[in-house]
Amino acid sequence: MTVIAIRKDPHSRTMTLEAEFEASPERVWQLWADPRQLERWWGPPTYPATVDAHDLRPGGRVEYHMTGPEGDQPRGFWDVEEVEPPNRIVFQDGFANEDGTPSTELPMTTARVAIQAIGGGKTRMSIESEFPTVEAMEQLAAMGMEEGLRQAVGQIDSILAEDPVGAR
Amino acid sequence: MQIALDHDRIFGALGDATRRDIVRRAIDGTEGVAELAAHYPMSFAAVQKHVAILERAGLVSKHRNGRQKLVRTNIAGLRVARRLLDQYEELWRERVERMHQLISDSPKEADR
Repeated sequence: MTVIAIRKDPHSRTMTLEAEFEASPERVWQLWADPRQLERWWGPPTYPATVDAHDLRPGGRVEYHMTGPEGDQPRGFWDVEEVEPPNRIVFQDGFANEDGTPSTELPMTTARVAIQAIGGGKTRMSIESEFPTVEAMEQLAAMGMEEGLRQAVGQIDSILAEDPVGAR
Repeated sequence: MQIALDHDRIFGALGDATRRDIVRRAIDGTEGVAELAAHYPMSFAAVQKHVAILERAGLVSKHRNGRQKLVRTNIAGLRVARRLLDQYEELWRERVERMHQLISDSPKEADR
């Protein structure tokens, strides 16, 4: 099981997820640091992501768009605050307008990623998402994200069912 | 059924350790305000006030049982508060699963 713990605290508006991988911290770091790998996991199968800019340095910005089944292309960005390869990234996770400029209407969440070796060739990764306000949580929930996610879950299940590695 | 609850009130009500504890204790719904008050180093009136805030947020309700009024946690109200965080959990769980797939699909890259 990859995801080993989830903590949700409605009071501090945070969700923390911990996962373990059978890989080195450097390998897990590549998932974030290599834009070609990032775009293979960031978006759900119905909304694959394309990374348009990837400046993973404090003060830098990562820009991406996703492509939906109807050809719609929602855009987003990260404002990178802290980077310590291969252990730590802190960024503001935001939505962008069609021209790529940050949306002033939609809220940003703070994401804190920590990657640590835990021995035995394994690596633990924790991701903490913090919402600025309750309103922000509601707004993001209302964006229809839920529907998209439910579809994605179904697709992943079928992919995993076909996957020879998973079937072993 | 759509539950129309004031999310601000819910999170406000849960933003206090005593009130969170009351919500936990009242899940069984076997105690009234007086019994609940005995658990805390504060006055009956203070606990009554906390229960009233939780009641307004839809997190607990009072149920008559003979001469006693029992305080019971409204599980649906709590669920609304958690639902928003649940959506994010799902988003990240799926992302992590895809990360896992990527890593398992490319063991050679891990050694590079």
